[in-house]
Amino acid sequence: MRWYWIDRFLEFESGRYAKAIKNISLAEDYLHDHFPGYPVMPKSLVIEGLAQTGGLLVCEYNHFTEKVVLAKLPRVVFHCEAYPGDTLTYTATINYIHRDGAMVTGTSHRDGQLHAEMELVFAHLNGEHQNKVFYEPETYTRMMHMLRAYEVGHASDGSPLLMPGDLTVGAPPKESTTR
Amino acid sequence: MPTKEEIFERIRGALVEALGVDEEEVTPEATLVGDLGAESIDFLDIVFRLEKVFNIKIPRGELFPEDVLTNSKYVADGRVTPEGLAELRKRMPFANLDEFAKNPVVQDFGNLLTVADMCRFIEGKVEVTG
Repeated sequence: MRWYWIDRFLEFESGRYAKAIKNISLAEDYLHDHFPGYPVMPKSLVIEGLAQTGGLLVCEYNHFTEKVVLAKLPRVVFHCEAYPGDTLTYTATINYIHRDGAMVTGTSHRDGQLHAEMELVFAHLNGEHQNKVFYEPETYTRMMHMLRAYEVGHASDGSPLLMPGDLTVGAPPKESTTR
Repeated sequence: MPTKEEIFERIRGALVEALGVDEEEVTPEATLVGDLGAESIDFLDIVFRLEKVFNIKIPRGELFPEDVLTNSKYVADGRVTPEGLAELRKRMPFANLDEFAKNPVVQDFGNLLTVADMCRFIEGKVEVTG
């Protein structure tokens, strides 16, 4: 299977917030183990979907030059379950972004009802990982393209969101910003 | 311009959110690692929250000088050398290193920092009233 836990971006405001959807389908294998005869969306995979929503938002802010990893989940609350046939809407909002990482608030809504809310802490790997290549930047931009981020996305000045190849090569990481 | 009391309350709030502890557990004498259960990744979270709540910048290594503890100039056989201790005192004027200096094992350093040390650190970076 492919490790995509969101299906499409609905909104993408560079450096601010992003909204994406996840359609839950009985065609997905894991639902038949969780649980046999009673498929329920695993909460860990909802968290992964929000981590992908927020993670791509944080990655894009620095033009995919930083190695962004999900480091910590200080708080996660689920209010209800989600089932096949549901569409979950994930919203990730950057509260604070910094040279060393970012703090993001995430919510999941199921047909307008609050399904989950959480805080996510992302870290930028540097130091000993500085010169390692985890993924080529094209991996991220391909994912952003498939998720329609460049169709709906906007830069901070309101202009259309552009793929990194259209921007100045080697732009330095931005300073921290508080929301 | 916060008072010392307000600084403590904001730090306490940040530690409650970052570490999931109760307010009552966050006393000035409590150590972040030993008493409040902080792990290395929690320090990133704590720094982010302190920067946001006090509107300050905390450069890497300013609160917790990990670069000193991994520098062969300052550490030998798992213990901080006299030069290393001098460097730590210079970098951490807000912390009391006397107890650590009696037996400066690097592994024990993590348990050094108390909530009171963090208050003094923040007081040194903001304008305090009262």
